[in-house]
Amino acid sequence: MTEPVIRFRDVSKAFRRPDGRGDFVAVDKLSFEIAKGEIVAVLGKTGCGKSTMFNIVAGLTEASSGETRVVGHDPFREFEFFRGKIGIVFQGDRLMPWRTALDNVRLGLQILDTDPKQAEETARQWMTRLGLAGHENDYPHALSGGMRQRVSIARAFAVDPEILLCDEPFSALDEMTARDLRAEFVRLVRQSNKTAVFITHQLGEAMEIGDRVLVFHRPARIAYETRLAGADEAHRKQAHDAIMQVLGAEPAPARPE
Amino acid sequence: MTNSRTMRLLQAAAGMLVLAAGWQILSYVFPHYLFPPVPEIIKRTVEVLITGSLLVDVLLTAARIFGGLFGAFILGGILAMIIGQSRTAENFIAPVLTFFQGIPALSWVVFAIIWFHGIEFRVLFIMVMTTLPAFTFQILDAFRSMSKDLFEMTMSFRPRRWTLFRFLIVPTILPGILTAWKVNLGNAARVVVVAELVGATGGVGYQLLRQQQLFDMAGAMAWTLQLVLFVLVVQ
Repeated sequence: MTEPVIRFRDVSKAFRRPDGRGDFVAVDKLSFEIAKGEIVAVLGKTGCGKSTMFNIVAGLTEASSGETRVVGHDPFREFEFFRGKIGIVFQGDRLMPWRTALDNVRLGLQILDTDPKQAEETARQWMTRLGLAGHENDYPHALSGGMRQRVSIARAFAVDPEILLCDEPFSALDEMTARDLRAEFVRLVRQSNKTAVFITHQLGEAMEIGDRVLVFHRPARIAYETRLAGADEAHRKQAHDAIMQVLGAEPAPARPE
Repeated sequence: MTNSRTMRLLQAAAGMLVLAAGWQILSYVFPHYLFPPVPEIIKRTVEVLITGSLLVDVLLTAARIFGGLFGAFILGGILAMIIGQSRTAENFIAPVLTFFQGIPALSWVVFAIIWFHGIEFRVLFIMVMTTLPAFTFQILDAFRSMSKDLFEMTMSFRPRRWTLFRFLIVPTILPGILTAWKVNLGNAARVVVVAELVGATGGVGYQLLRQQQLFDMAGAMAWTLQLVLFVLVVQ
């Protein structure tokens, strides 16, 4: 059996409360594995720890305990190893306002010391693939919300990462634009055989995108899991109802004071 | 857009014209050694600009301003980086800088005259000490206002220190730094005159002192305008 691309084993993350009175547990002994080429949708209500889990996979936050492995390495401690291996599409587009659309797409390539000519060519190619040809010299403020998010997707894909992490990337867009971008995103991930973790709080989006859906409870732990790749309509309906039940049964969040 | 800009320029020019007209009226009422006519002031101002031996004094003052500001900027940048990385360092350094901010420029002039011999070092010391706190706090503010979202996004590509500095930190803090330079330039221009007035043998401040000794108001105005023009041009 091949080694999973992402593996969490009893991973927990606790934050110190601002008033110093104890800790707030965001992730609680979370365990799961994601295989190469899989698109896994992580579904859960707001504040359930999805984004904390996301930051741990991305290496932006260190877990308090447990074992986190991404392509067999620790994403937080092995900073250099992961250069160019993880691409992230964030909830907001996070474009640099002082850079043109092309320069924003080129950012990751520049950081990775790619040859400038090659970087420009790659960035232009990705802009064209995402329907942004002709907008290379536009600044973010001149682009629509959907176009800005396309630029951020192009930026993530341009570095040709092994893993794509997406944190509710289409939640701020209108449904029509979000649907188009979702379809585009899935097509690109499948074409390039990348592994993707897609965080969302929308059931429909999770079921549309994921080969597998993980449903989180607060604090982040798996409450329900189902495989949807190749599933027939009956299984999808059953999964849908089960997820609705799990999400509906969840108690109200205990927020830090 | 262009119309409103032209309008603003016209309004500013009108304000200056009213000021000049008011001065000219005063020159008719009072003796010329108190209120010299505007054409006389303009003539003397141009004279300073086109006379090499006089222009040297203006350039000397400009060099002192830039030297002092550059020194304060470098030191302020280092202090801001130290404070930005450690709350303990901030607790130690910030009160000292705030204390320095409360010391009048003239006190620093007196301290410099007592402590140091060299004229240039005195002026540099005064300039640095009077602008250092503002530079430090302004650079620190610019650094702290850096977007956490953009920082996380950039970090997701795992940049090296220099790359992070080049692609994120510099463009983010640059507007704040430019504002700091703009604000401090005005302050420095005022302080340098005080420093030169008391302890220098050249520069605009020294020339102002000479005009006061000669009771030459047109000359004093001409040298003052050099400094105003310098600040306007640089800003």
